[in-house]
Amino acid sequence: MTTAISVSGLVKTFGKTVALDGLDLRVETGEVHGYLGPNGAGKTTTLRILLGLLRADRGQVSLLGGDPWSDAVRLHRRLAYVPGDVNLWPNLTGGEAIDLLGRLRGGLDKRRRAELLERFDLDPTKKGRTYSKGNRQKVALVAALASGVELLLLDEPTAGLDPLMEVVFQDFIREAKAAGKTVLLSSHILAQVEKLCDKISIVRLGKVVQSGTLSDLRHLTRTSIDAETTQPTAGLDQLPGVHDLIVEDHRVRFAVDGEHLDGAVRALSQFGIRSLTSQPPTLEELMLRHYGDELRGNGVAVDAEVSR
Amino acid sequence: MTTAVATSAAAPTRNAARGNALTGTGTLLRFILRQDRIRVPAWLAGIILVQVSGAASYPDLYPTEADRMGQAAVMGDNPAIRAMTGPGHGLENYTYGAMMTNEYLGFMVIFVALMSVLMVVRHTRTEEETGRAELVRANVVGRYAPLTAALVAVTIANVVLGLLTALGMGSLGIETIDWPGSFMFGAAYAVVGLVFAGIAAVTVQLTGFGRAASGMAGALIGVAYALRAIGDVGDTALSWLSPIGWAQASAPYVDNNWWPLGLALAFAVVLGLAAFLLSDRRDLGAGLWAERTGAATGSVFLGTPTGFAWRLQRSGVIWWSAAMFLFGMAYGSAVNVIETYAGNEAVQEIVRSIGGATLTESWLAMVISLLSIVCTIFAIIAALRPRREETAGRAESVLATAMSRSRWLASHVATAMLGGVGLLLITGVGLGAGAAAGSGDAGLLLQVVGAILTYAPALWVTVGLAVAGFGIAPRATGLAWALIVYAVLVVYLGGLLDLPGWMLDVSPYTHIPRTPVEDFAVLPLLILTVIAAGLTAVGFAGFRRRDLETG
Repeated sequence: MTTAISVSGLVKTFGKTVALDGLDLRVETGEVHGYLGPNGAGKTTTLRILLGLLRADRGQVSLLGGDPWSDAVRLHRRLAYVPGDVNLWPNLTGGEAIDLLGRLRGGLDKRRRAELLERFDLDPTKKGRTYSKGNRQKVALVAALASGVELLLLDEPTAGLDPLMEVVFQDFIREAKAAGKTVLLSSHILAQVEKLCDKISIVRLGKVVQSGTLSDLRHLTRTSIDAETTQPTAGLDQLPGVHDLIVEDHRVRFAVDGEHLDGAVRALSQFGIRSLTSQPPTLEELMLRHYGDELRGNGVAVDAEVSR
Repeated sequence: MTTAVATSAAAPTRNAARGNALTGTGTLLRFILRQDRIRVPAWLAGIILVQVSGAASYPDLYPTEADRMGQAAVMGDNPAIRAMTGPGHGLENYTYGAMMTNEYLGFMVIFVALMSVLMVVRHTRTEEETGRAELVRANVVGRYAPLTAALVAVTIANVVLGLLTALGMGSLGIETIDWPGSFMFGAAYAVVGLVFAGIAAVTVQLTGFGRAASGMAGALIGVAYALRAIGDVGDTALSWLSPIGWAQASAPYVDNNWWPLGLALAFAVVLGLAAFLLSDRRDLGAGLWAERTGAATGSVFLGTPTGFAWRLQRSGVIWWSAAMFLFGMAYGSAVNVIETYAGNEAVQEIVRSIGGATLTESWLAMVISLLSIVCTIFAIIAALRPRREETAGRAESVLATAMSRSRWLASHVATAMLGGVGLLLITGVGLGAGAAAGSGDAGLLLQVVGAILTYAPALWVTVGLAVAGFGIAPRATGLAWALIVYAVLVVYLGGLLDLPGWMLDVSPYTHIPRTPVEDFAVLPLLILTVIAAGLTAVGFAGFRRRDLETG
């Protein structure tokens, strides 16, 4: 596998604000990579540096084997970008904007354009200023997906779409993946990332704090166990990696760190398991573990959430 | 708790009885005044400073009555100056007060009108266009409240401007710049401001775009100025079609006529009422002119950088071309009136002092330099387009395609520079055709076209300054506007006040040979072109190195 995007030690400051603080990111060719983080974590800044719209202060950035700043034009023929906040020309129609962006990128597939317009249910004859936020996003998505590029950079592309259109979007991303295209998808919507992405990087305060496949990340986190046993349990709180233990007669609930799951289940089986449900951690929990301290600072009760 | 609920439940009923369309006006008004707490005082300070310092300089510039009468002879008999300033009230006894009325009133009200138009559009249509009005109107705010608040705010601004102008002028203590005249002068400002505020209140109902609304109202300021210019040169009733003409007819310090201002005020009130009536016939966020749908696909031309820049600027180019052609025609056809001045002794003196030029030629030279500056305004707007695209976040999408930064910028700079020259050409054809038809001398057409095209290098320098600003200091791109305002002041006041040479030399327009009055010279044009190229190159180099500013 070759690397589509490789970023290391990336630093970008705006005046005194540090937007990116030694960020590392690797996206292999052909993978759909989820780029998760809260507002202001540096997701959009990363994408703009990858596009050569901003210049990195320090660090190495390689995109499709080139330097995004100096080879911008050559690289842009091979990628398409959907900004998080799509701004259109007030006096150009949506159709004109699609064709404009497509042609400036080096041409677009007419049949595919028609198919996308139909699937996304977008009227291309309306002027840019009359579109709602969701429809502006559709314009940018159609322009990006109708081009035959090998890399898609999508910055929260579905924030304004309704659930039906969200499904259409997911279909097209799966199709792009099947066609061997690489996708970097920045998002807030964890369910979307969970469904679409092979790999995930979680960015926080300008740094990637966690990166890997969904199962890699789950390995690092806790599984929730809810069991009923024939005999009352004892001594489970002595086991390594077990947290938030609640014992009610024959019922027991606890969370266990990924690497200690095996030991905990073995210990549990000594008491005769009558029923057992285990729940893998959701991305919400992954996120909460990384942003927990921030939330706690805002007065949100986090422990209860994480140990659920 | 119970009491509070009871009170708040009763309140809407009472308001409804009183007509709740105005609910919230007071809050919105305070909000507008707060938003404009720097911008509007800056406009007022600028207008009053130019005005009062101008008045204060008169006793030194024209110490004796003979000096003033000499100036009166120049003013009254020169049609070019008449077209620029006004009908020439009180020339027979040219006091300092009369000088103020003639040399400042007609010109300064343009800025008063502009301030009022921009203020009304900013607080009505622009708010709706950005969607902020929706947020406001979803609260306990009546249907008429935003427009009412904007009109009250602009009225306050104009009344304060009028009062401060009156106080500033009156307290100078200059003989003949007396208190009644000063109040008259201030009132003339305020009333013209209100008329154009009313015009803007109507235009914002018509179109869904803030820029189109201010463009329409701004064009009407130009029409008002041109109507009175042509009316004043020919001593015709045309001046009475212009609100600026009404302000001048009030003749502060000379006749102190109140009734033309009353007429203007009544017109302003009618416009305001019309705006409220029109606002009932449209939806929030929409204009009376419905939004049309357009092409479902982009033309092949649109997909090229040049075609794209042209498409964005197309409607601007067309409107400017039509307007400038008509302005040119109007000014040009005034030449037959000009020649009637030729018998005048003082005028013959002026013409002899210029040497080798006829009265028509010196008039045309003056008009050409003014119109070329107006054409430059178009070129600056076009040159600042990349900045608008950048701050609006649209440049981001385009520069993420295979279009390079340089090609993108070049397409817009080319539109500004070549479009600007095209506009000079069209203006020249209008002016030349008008002059040729008016005088029966067909040769004037080519002469005028050639003369106006020599201003291209000055236009390029101004565009170059805008491009350099865009590349190096994108937040200071407004600098090009300062240059053009300066150039206008130099052309306008340079002949009236004795400005030192270096002050004239800063303006690129000073260095253009004023054919047909002066001989054509190629060297200054070459130097200006080189300066323009240098500034443009600096702008491109800067833009290639800097971050794109978004959001």
